[in-house]
Amino acid sequence: MDTKVQTPQEARVKLAVKNLNFYYGKFHALKNVNMELPENKVTAFIGPSGCGKSTLLRTFNRMFELYPEQRAEGQILLDGSDILKTKEDVSLIRARVGMVFQKPTPFPMSIYENIAFGVRLFENLSRTEMDERVEWALKKAALWNEVKDKLNQSGSGLSGGQQQRLCIARGIAIKPEVLLLDEPCSALDPISTGKIEELIHELKNDYTVLIVTHNMQQAARCSDYTAYMYLGELIEFGATTDIFMKPKRTETEDYITGRFG
Amino acid sequence: MSVAAHHNSALQATRKRRHAARKRTNYIALALSLGAMAFGLVWLIWILIETVRLGVGGLTLATFTQMTPPPQEAGGLANAIYGSLVMVGLATLIGTPVGVMAGIYLAEYGQKGWLGSVTRFINDILLSAPSIVVGLFIYSTVVARSKTFSGWAGVLALALIVVPVVIRTTENMLTLVPNALREAAYALGMPKWRVISQITLKSARAGVITGVLLAVARISGETAPLLFTALSNQFFTSDLGQPMASLPVTIFKFAMSPYENWQQLAWAGVFLITVGVLALNIAARTLFRQR
Repeated sequence: MDTKVQTPQEARVKLAVKNLNFYYGKFHALKNVNMELPENKVTAFIGPSGCGKSTLLRTFNRMFELYPEQRAEGQILLDGSDILKTKEDVSLIRARVGMVFQKPTPFPMSIYENIAFGVRLFENLSRTEMDERVEWALKKAALWNEVKDKLNQSGSGLSGGQQQRLCIARGIAIKPEVLLLDEPCSALDPISTGKIEELIHELKNDYTVLIVTHNMQQAARCSDYTAYMYLGELIEFGATTDIFMKPKRTETEDYITGRFG
Repeated sequence: MSVAAHHNSALQATRKRRHAARKRTNYIALALSLGAMAFGLVWLIWILIETVRLGVGGLTLATFTQMTPPPQEAGGLANAIYGSLVMVGLATLIGTPVGVMAGIYLAEYGQKGWLGSVTRFINDILLSAPSIVVGLFIYSTVVARSKTFSGWAGVLALALIVVPVVIRTTENMLTLVPNALREAAYALGMPKWRVISQITLKSARAGVITGVLLAVARISGETAPLLFTALSNQFFTSDLGQPMASLPVTIFKFAMSPYENWQQLAWAGVFLITVGVLALNIAARTLFRQR
């Protein structure tokens, strides 16, 4: 199967994936993936469970390295330099490539500290600068109005949707360039989901956003580009309207129209 | 009466019969388990009542201010109380960091390696080792070599009992912390030592403290490990290089004596330990509930 996929040309390339293979022990989870992800756009990854979309996302910040039996081969170029081979500390890459997970994971500390904690890892800010940064991040994540009077309360006291927006605020507070969202709405109700989708729209002005989702409507609603993956291969990648309206490959069409399997 | 209605009433009758039978079984099972619970509680409550009845009588201000007396004379338990507090306190201070750090190693670093498995196995043995073995071990390694019983030897023996308990609870509590939380911390670019010290350990805090409190409760009643190490001392000493009195050993000595005042003091000591351990357990439980 030809995995060379046509790349959207209009925007500057932020992340380029070249001949990427990924293994969980002996299991070959990503097979020769090639793609170029445009800057300041939202790219959605869709496909059935186990197709490798989350795995792919977790290579972009080298999250897989936490587990010794997992390894990636190939190249992932962030602004042209290979993050898999670089001698730079992985912390610095993760400062540039932030991630938000499926389940909200507030840290066991106050709302304010949840955000300030990550910022302090990389920057020396004065008290007022930090206050401003926290406010900025919470406003960006559309959470400020709901929490501004209880910044010192525990982050785990918030509702699920609020917690997830807190995690997004925490992620953008350290000012990454790329934001990885791994099914950020799957544990949320429709209203919270709506808020986060609006937020994703806002975020692409400043960030390159990559989102893994099981919800096809969500991919259609909030992404500029869509990648369809199946069994570890990138089947089709292109403008979201093209993928949903006139997919080039029958596999993609079958999945999108629900005629899959 | 139609056939359907007839069937229906037959079905109703069967249902009622079956329901009655289930209810009966339920009552029997409930009665049996209540009985079992009562059987267990009776002894516990009896122990508590006896402790209070015999202990409170011997409890006076002198218990806390005077030294353990010779037979037939008035006195208190001040040296034993002090000795117990000091030795239990120091053993906890020594055992807790060792146990917590080993627990962190097992949960965060040695999940799969051979060193982790071996440590876990040895720790399990240590956890179930009779405390008298620990006492004899310290006796042969410390007391026999320094040729004197000492408070320090007692502290070491108690610390050896604290360590495996704390290791086990710390590891268990840390493995309960969801991996998603760790990943979220790493995703911010946090180094491992910070993730452990400020995220995982912090969210497992209540559980780890509970483990320490339970270890304290356990060693405050231990007699065997102190018998061969700190021995006892009729007088007050704050010198840990000397033999040191403790509540359990004093109780052991006094309760077996034929002297009435000694027996009285033994019960007072039993009461103090029981109340202390009970308070610690309640503290541990409330901490755990707040999670």
